[in-house]
Amino acid sequence: MVKNRPSVGALLDSATRGTEMNSKEWPLYEVFIRSKSGLSHRHAGSLHAADDQMALDHARDTYTRRSEGVSLWVVRSSEIVASDPAETAAFFEPAEDKIYRHPTFYEIPDGVENL
Amino acid sequence: MYTQGLDQKGQSNEKRSALESAADLEAFQKRIDAEEKIEAKDWMPEAYRRTLVRQISQHAHSEIIGMQPEGNWLTRAPTLKRKAILLAKVQDEAGHGLYLYSAGETLGTSRDEMVGDLLTGKAKYSSIFNYPTLTWADIGAIGWLVDGAAIMNQIPLCRCSFGPYARAMVRVCKEESFHQRQGFDIMYELSRGTEAQKAMLQDAMNRWWWPSLMMFGPNDSDSRHSAQSMAWKIKRFSNDELRQKFIDATVPQADFLGLQIPDDDLEFDKKTGHYRFGEIDWSEFISVIAGNGPCNKQRMARRRKAHDDGAWVREAALAYGEKQAERRSAA
Repeated sequence: MVKNRPSVGALLDSATRGTEMNSKEWPLYEVFIRSKSGLSHRHAGSLHAADDQMALDHARDTYTRRSEGVSLWVVRSSEIVASDPAETAAFFEPAEDKIYRHPTFYEIPDGVENL
Repeated sequence: MYTQGLDQKGQSNEKRSALESAADLEAFQKRIDAEEKIEAKDWMPEAYRRTLVRQISQHAHSEIIGMQPEGNWLTRAPTLKRKAILLAKVQDEAGHGLYLYSAGETLGTSRDEMVGDLLTGKAKYSSIFNYPTLTWADIGAIGWLVDGAAIMNQIPLCRCSFGPYARAMVRVCKEESFHQRQGFDIMYELSRGTEAQKAMLQDAMNRWWWPSLMMFGPNDSDSRHSAQSMAWKIKRFSNDELRQKFIDATVPQADFLGLQIPDDDLEFDKKTGHYRFGEIDWSEFISVIAGNGPCNKQRMARRRKAHDDGAWVREAALAYGEKQAERRSAA
């Protein structure tokens, strides 16, 4: 069953290397692609890179091998501030009871057009 | 891109699951049943998270290891055109691995941990990549059969309940049909070649057919965690359903190529509209998963060596990045 597993020595070695590597993992970046002029950038995924330029190069090679983009943004994942999914209901609650913000709230009398 | 139903050996999740309230679990299942996508930071049962980490990381590992059998022929591709195509294909596999690791990381497991589990042998990858690529026809067979089987598996995964995985799969599936077609194109060309080329083609078919069928994982009756994965809408079709779809789609293509399928029991069932086929040799499957396939040791040794040989590059790049950052902040 475990015939191809490495020896204990190799396992230990690789376990140590793993720990050591953990502290040295390249930072994580999020990648955003503008697929063509006129459209906004859209999140595509993430990648690891040692610096910003490498992040751009890797984003090109990983996410746009078939001309999927005309512009790329990369940003350190740690720099993104996000809303908390557990607080979604409370966070977005202020918009919930303002139905008058939608045109469908208003009744248009019969005979009135172009409104 | 390759997934496989080999990850069904359930580990005990009792401890952490015990802390999950019935109300939470019920609310979660309601979201799933309503076809809502689960996003990375949403609450999810621990077992759901673990199943996904296991499946996504194994899927990623399969992409990475999967570069080896084809990479084996990069320097020996018969023409420059074939070489350029194969290079692009192998590069795609690396890309697929990276999309998947990126999706897996959103669940809170680091890239290093996933890669570490592959290198120590704790994590598995698809059994198919433990078979050797002996001739150029094998490269055709991999694209046509192996990627064909993978597509069957992956298309339903585009609708998987976990958003980041589903999105990665959409990207992958777009690229995958190129893989299958380039494989078929190699097969088609050889099928119109010399007698020796035709024999080589049939030989590749004989060796890759059964392992390709095994890619769908054990029979449903033996697949212990399939039901849970179906309930969570991680899986949309059972192993046997997907395998049948693959066979139904592939047999006519083999006929077109003038190839014999190495299965004496293969027969079209007019009543059901499906092909009936012979029993898969599951002992072979189990043996390959257990590490005793023709190339398991070679694949792992090569991956470990590549990882070790690249260590100084990763360190140097990081040191350079840190130095640049320091300079910028000092300026």
